[in-house]
Amino acid sequence: MIQDYLPILIHMVIVVVLALALMGLSSWVGVRRPTREKNAPYECGIPPVGNAREKFSISFYLVGMLFILFDVEVAFLFPWAVVYKSLKWFGFIEMFIFVGVLFAGYIYIWKKGALDWSR
Amino acid sequence: MGTSSEPLILTAIILAKVAVVLLVFLTSVAYAVWLERKVVAHIQSRWGPYLVGPHGLLQPVADGLKFLFKEDIEPREVDRLIYYLAPFVAFTMAFASIAVIPFGESITILGHKINFEITSLNVGLLFILAVTSLGVYGIALAGWSSNSKFPLFGGLRSSAQMISYELSLGLALVGVVLISGSLNLREIVDQQQGLWNIVRQPLGFLLYISAAIAETNRTPFDLPEAESELVGGFHTEYSSYKFAMFFIAEYANIFTVSCLATLMFFGGWHGPVFGPHLLRAFLPVLWFGLKVFCFVFAYIWIRGTLPRFRYDQLMSFGWKFLLPLALANVLITSFVVAWRAS
Repeated sequence: MIQDYLPILIHMVIVVVLALALMGLSSWVGVRRPTREKNAPYECGIPPVGNAREKFSISFYLVGMLFILFDVEVAFLFPWAVVYKSLKWFGFIEMFIFVGVLFAGYIYIWKKGALDWSR
Repeated sequence: MGTSSEPLILTAIILAKVAVVLLVFLTSVAYAVWLERKVVAHIQSRWGPYLVGPHGLLQPVADGLKFLFKEDIEPREVDRLIYYLAPFVAFTMAFASIAVIPFGESITILGHKINFEITSLNVGLLFILAVTSLGVYGIALAGWSSNSKFPLFGGLRSSAQMISYELSLGLALVGVVLISGSLNLREIVDQQQGLWNIVRQPLGFLLYISAAIAETNRTPFDLPEAESELVGGFHTEYSSYKFAMFFIAEYANIFTVSCLATLMFFGGWHGPVFGPHLLRAFLPVLWFGLKVFCFVFAYIWIRGTLPRFRYDQLMSFGWKFLLPLALANVLITSFVVAWRAS
């Protein structure tokens, strides 16, 4: 079991070394002639105005929260799907109720307008 | 068996497999960029790259070298640690998932049975889903750490898009797991002997491929890089190899979702196999490669054909169309499976 994961460890070590080598090599070989203008944040050629870390739309938080709710649901569905053939109708009814409850919540957030982006 | 040199040989086999897979994968990714530029150019009645080598075939090499010698610009007031971590995360996560992808049967060399994969996990599918969703960190962190407005908006948009479509992506694959009853990719492929899953799960495949295109930020869902609004999106402030790593990661992800589509819906390496021992061992790998190539080509074709969504259209398509449809697909599939089992 656990030795199945050893090749992944080896693989990841090689990938990490490769990534570090590429980034290190490019910053070592590449020229560096920084100027004040060159190092300014890109803003289409005009001097940057204010700080970039500003407030942004609340909708992004909302999407994040909804994602967690539904992703947990998907995470529950995977083990259920693996053993489904031995559960048969029992498994079907169980999951039907589970998905039904979540679907009610889905209808609720839809009606509340949480899924409408341009509001 | 049982000799003291056994672990050493096994480690050597693993190292050799990792080296070969990485080499092939990196080359494929580099040439996918060339293929994309060439195909899109021909769709638009242009020539594409043609100066470096015959048909521009050495273009990826030239690009790689050029990236190396470019100035490594670090903009003012970036969050240094996160700024350098972001391309690193994107790159390593994009390359982690190929560790569990099987691409052929097996071959016996000097008494050692070598499977065509780096490792076989009983939760292979979950591993791929988990690792590909970690890739969103690279993008979100890049947008946040750059201290520039365009990367911030690009990163936010991109993260919201990727997590939204991840739901449909996962749900679309549940249908296949219901039929096969396993998360092991090799077992899922073995069960498609004779009948590919695309026949049993046509809706699941369409859902998967739509979500996968959005997951990899490709046209028509390439909002994160909407050049006309966001300059370069989350990687606007990145230069030289830091930029190249985002680029490589994007194309590596295209290969990962194409490989997964092949494994889950198109019978993996199944295809006509004939001839002597060596040919029998490598023909499945060829079939697998061909199927993946078809998907990559379709990706490029779609990019050359379709326009871009508007952001609100993108979000409502994911949440109001794909998600309920994917749920319905799971329920219908489970109903049919239970009905046939009893």
